[in-house]
Amino acid sequence: MSLDVEAVRRDFPILATQSRGRPLVYLDSAASAQKPRAVIDAMSDFYAEHYANIHRGVYQLSAEATRRYEDVRVRVARFVGAPDPNEIVFVRNTTEAINLVARSFGDVQIGEGDEIVLTTMEHHSNIVPWQQLAERRGATIRVARIDDEGVLDLEHLASLLGPRAKILAITHVSNVLGTINPIREITALARERGVATVVDGAQAVPHQTVDVAGLGCDFYAFSGHKIFGPSGAGVLWGRMELLEAMPPFLGGGSMIETVSFEKTTWAKPPQRFEAGTPDIASVIGLGATIDYLAGIGMDAIDAWEHELLAYATDRLLEIPGLTIHGRAKDKAAVLSFALDVAHPHDVGTILDAEGVAIRAGHHCAQPLMEHLGVPATARASLAFYNTREDVDRLVAALVKTRELFG
Amino acid sequence: MDDLRELYQATILDHNKKPRNYGPLEDATHEAAGHNPLCGDQLTIRCHVDAEGRVDALRFEGQGCAISRASASLMTEHVKGKRIEEIDADFERFHELVTGSPSEPPRSEGLGKLAVFAGVREFPMRVKCATLAWHALRAALEGREEAKTE
Repeated sequence: MSLDVEAVRRDFPILATQSRGRPLVYLDSAASAQKPRAVIDAMSDFYAEHYANIHRGVYQLSAEATRRYEDVRVRVARFVGAPDPNEIVFVRNTTEAINLVARSFGDVQIGEGDEIVLTTMEHHSNIVPWQQLAERRGATIRVARIDDEGVLDLEHLASLLGPRAKILAITHVSNVLGTINPIREITALARERGVATVVDGAQAVPHQTVDVAGLGCDFYAFSGHKIFGPSGAGVLWGRMELLEAMPPFLGGGSMIETVSFEKTTWAKPPQRFEAGTPDIASVIGLGATIDYLAGIGMDAIDAWEHELLAYATDRLLEIPGLTIHGRAKDKAAVLSFALDVAHPHDVGTILDAEGVAIRAGHHCAQPLMEHLGVPATARASLAFYNTREDVDRLVAALVKTRELFG
Repeated sequence: MDDLRELYQATILDHNKKPRNYGPLEDATHEAAGHNPLCGDQLTIRCHVDAEGRVDALRFEGQGCAISRASASLMTEHVKGKRIEEIDADFERFHELVTGSPSEPPRSEGLGKLAVFAGVREFPMRVKCATLAWHALRAALEGREEAKTE
């Protein structure tokens, strides 16, 4: 199945708008992706015709809202290959999912002198919760190196999975370098050594088929807003036996079995981890985006993005003085780059004036910036709705930047 | 492109490429680092205040975008020889210039060459770049070691 990019573009109303008087070229999907009409309509229909609180009402409207919400759990489980829909916990975003694991799993598993292993290419959201955990429990953070191409040093990683290592938290795809880590191989290493694995899938799920059971990890987290769904709905998948043993993250309504002032007993997962009224409409929107993506086919998306990535890489390298950070062979459609004559922030502003939206900054990955020896990078991140013409507009704007600064 | 030319005026591009008063300052009496955590811009301002309370020498160094470098460079030229109260008043005027409404004519009285930063009004994301050096200078003169733009 191949992808008809012009047809796809018509599904995204924002792609027909203008920015600074020019047709918008949106190259910041790694920060947050745009939304198809199907998602916008699903949320608006839900509010207009089906909205009520869930898991509470005795009336039909609430029962119907609950059914729709729980049905998304089933579809999400199928979409990411989770064996049991009750292993899908709805959270706000990847950050919240990782914090949940660090608190509910980490606080129990990690003791003084234990080690938590990360990698140089982690996003702050997969660093800070572990540092906080290490501080609470007197544990140590160890960091696996990457090479000059932006590829993880597997030997070094393996050497860190020693007897004190208890948790490995690793990104599936780097939000800066685009590197796709060999998660299956890595989780096999960790499993042999009894190390639990937490995978940050925020940048993987938008680009490729993900099968959490096949990956062999213990936890997998991603955000709805990066897979063309609404902000406010994210997913934590965890193995049921682990989830069952974990105490709640937040306390309140919905997550209990019985409450008395003497003792409260927890509901089973996933309800145990969904305290309070969730972002119901966003979960409905998440269901719509998953159906939409399944309709296009993740393999078709993957294939088109790889074609686009190869084209963009070649075109960018035509520009004198441009360096691409991250040259892994196995790479998602994320291009971080530096232009010798202009700071990334200036590049971002000039591209903005040309109607081209990219990200400039440290991308919430300051340790990686330090490793690269730069304060910031410019980043163009592609999605399946981008075209060769988008890449051409990017290149033309960069050429203009050189003229202005050269 | 018009907004861009307005932002990246020739003076700004020139001061970015060849920043004035760049480098360390011996005998500095005041020093502070400015840091914009959002974009990683980092610069240090060092100055010497004489017995009459005038900044008779100041220099900066660090890394940052064209707007922050040019702003630091032009600021050092503008404030040299001024008293601290005068510098505070200049900063206030400069701040108004770069944050003013784009629909009104820019007010740049007393700012001299710094008027080239009027284009920043069209790019609110860049205000912190333009004001970083000023925040750092103020921190230095107030005896703080560091200024952050947020």
